[in-house]
Amino acid sequence: MNATEQNTAGAKGGVLGSRFQTSTAPKQNADHGVHIETDAFSVFYGSVEAVKKVDMQIAAKQVTAIIGPSGCGKSTLLRAINRMNDLIAGCRPSGRLLFDGEDIYGPKIDVTLLRRQIGMVFQKPNPFPKSIFDNVAYGPKLQGIKRRNTLDEIVERSLVNAALWDEVKDRLGENALGLSGGQQQRLCLARALAIEPEILLMDEPTSELDPKATAKIEDLIGELRGNYTIIIVTHNMQQAARVSDETAFMYEGELVEFGDTSKLFTKPEKKQTEDYITGRFG
Amino acid sequence: MAVHLQKEIDLLKKSILHLCAVVEDVVNKAVTAVQSRDEDLARKVMSEDKQVDDEEVRVEEECLKALALHQPVAIDLRYIIACLKINNDLERIGDLAVNIAERAVYLSREPDPDIQFDFPLMAEKVQVMLRKSLDAFINMDAAIAHQVLESDDEIDAMNRDAILLVKEHIKSAPEHLDALINLWSVSRHLERIADHASNIAEDVIYMIEGKIVRHRAELI
Repeated sequence: MNATEQNTAGAKGGVLGSRFQTSTAPKQNADHGVHIETDAFSVFYGSVEAVKKVDMQIAAKQVTAIIGPSGCGKSTLLRAINRMNDLIAGCRPSGRLLFDGEDIYGPKIDVTLLRRQIGMVFQKPNPFPKSIFDNVAYGPKLQGIKRRNTLDEIVERSLVNAALWDEVKDRLGENALGLSGGQQQRLCLARALAIEPEILLMDEPTSELDPKATAKIEDLIGELRGNYTIIIVTHNMQQAARVSDETAFMYEGELVEFGDTSKLFTKPEKKQTEDYITGRFG
Repeated sequence: MAVHLQKEIDLLKKSILHLCAVVEDVVNKAVTAVQSRDEDLARKVMSEDKQVDDEEVRVEEECLKALALHQPVAIDLRYIIACLKINNDLERIGDLAVNIAERAVYLSREPDPDIQFDFPLMAEKVQVMLRKSLDAFINMDAAIAHQVLESDDEIDAMNRDAILLVKEHIKSAPEHLDALINLWSVSRHLERIADHASNIAEDVIYMIEGKIVRHRAELI
């Protein structure tokens, strides 16, 4: 994105960060193709640079996969996108990380509102020890939605979008912890979708699931593509190849290669990428 | 996983290299059989086709196994895909060698039509093309593969010349009609072998450079 485009994107939300400060602001979809952009973006844990000056542009409403060996910084980079790293003592970003042209580490950003726009699904399904209904309605209730009809609609729509509705529609009042692992993960996805985020971050969302439940999540990613910008961190390279439009390969904190998934898995540009995806190292 | 896949690829490499050697050998024998009007050698070529067919099936099975069990990517994927396609071309070249051998059997029983067409030169050029395409594959050498593609037009032109010469001879010496038609068939089969050698060269370029150069003369 050039300077003019950045200014335009910034102006759209008014003063820098203003779009995250008002809950009544209309949802704005990215209209310039780039949803998330990093500019010499680093993340430090104390003095250790876990993500090293990464420059990348993540396209709107596509699926972007981040792959790389353990400790390469992929999850750290993912968690930086909705500032989950803020919760880690000693963790410090540098450089810029832009969401629709606005620096999410800017001084005026409301992190809660930011996370409303950028939802997250974690490796381990983590439903609240509440009913299935309350899990999905939790976010909308926090947003101030009280009308039962509206909540019913949101819960149904979110569960349908997470391909879980048919399995739970007759037992919405039951405790979510009684669901299977795969169902719990889809419930977490429904919970994330209920607050209508623009971006979904997924941190190894199927690593704890069996192949059938994994296939369901992968199918869902395919269905959600086009409506959400999805960024998925995965250890499973075949999964990255199956579900993503673009793939980023990270190694020791650096972005080694980033581009079209089909190209990266057939003819990568960098030998380091080739060696990793063909299992010759890492 | 990489070690398992590497073992499969090593096995595949061994099988397809053997098939390359067998196919190159039957083409050489078929050409010699035509040149020396050697019916026995021609029949040997025909009998060896089963070996080519069997090995082609084995190579294909090994490719499918590697794809299904290891889901290879990048160079491993391109290598296996190239093997699958080259395997197919090798089998077809084997069939064309049999076709040439069948013409050799017929020609060995006919009087020489004494045509001016330089059949040995064309055969030599096609054999060089085939050898180079296989060398390019074995040594993963894209430069040699590009040379192969450049040779194909020359073979096409020789085939066209052969057709013209055969036509003229049919008019001037119609008593040699059958032999001339058989010679023309040999030329056509050689030209087809050159086409398959070009296919192999294109697959080698894909394997090394990741570019599909088929139907795209400007990339060659």
